[in-house]
Amino acid sequence: MAGRAKPLSPHLQIYRLPLNAILSITHRITGVILALGAVVVVAMLVAAASGSQAFGAMYALGANWLGQIVLFGFTLALYYHMSAGVRHLFWDAGYGYELETARRSSQAIIAVAVVLTLATWAVAYSVSGG
Amino acid sequence: MGLRTPLSAARGLGSAKEGVDHWWKQRLTAIALVPLLLWFGFSVALLGTADYYTVVGWLAHPVNAGLMILVLAVGIWHGVLGLQVVIEDYIATEWKKIMVLLLVQFAAVILALAGILAVLRIALGV
Repeated sequence: MAGRAKPLSPHLQIYRLPLNAILSITHRITGVILALGAVVVVAMLVAAASGSQAFGAMYALGANWLGQIVLFGFTLALYYHMSAGVRHLFWDAGYGYELETARRSSQAIIAVAVVLTLATWAVAYSVSGG
Repeated sequence: MGLRTPLSAARGLGSAKEGVDHWWKQRLTAIALVPLLLWFGFSVALLGTADYYTVVGWLAHPVNAGLMILVLAVGIWHGVLGLQVVIEDYIATEWKKIMVLLLVQFAAVILALAGILAVLRIALGV
């Protein structure tokens, strides 16, 4: 059944996603990432409850550069999912659906997520002296 | 079995009254998680490179232990509700969907229990 190629409407791979659509899928992806983050948090707590040796091993994992990058990623995912989630609560209440408002709240979400992430890491590095 | 159509059997009963259950709990846990996770993020940051005894001592404080248990319980609950939607959206085959949902829910209960027991062990010093 070798017919002519059927015409395709614009699909995900060629359609340039609007900002709100990018934020929408990022909200879902960060949600899944945070579920994995919960496993890391519990692993840390179980290590702390198991004694100084287990804690030291987990600590070493998080302290090297790769661990720091992963933890930074989790922090960004957390604050992003939180600020995008707050917008969802406003939407649920019926506010902020105008295109211009949605565009500006999208920018605010990115700004808040970045600022909270940098603030958290600034605190972490300042209390531990670099 | 009778001759009545399913529609006539259902008519007048109203809805199951559980339609908004998932939606509502997802929002309720979301609202609770905003202050809880701000506390969590900045508390962990303030601990920084603190050693074992400092971290355990911090976690042993009743307020910190209580909030940490709330972070775990509410956070994992919210996570299960969220993952459920993702699984229902992307897994079309019914038995696979149910299997993955069961796995996620069982794993979440184990995770929550392990985390809460760890906090309690530190807080109660057992």
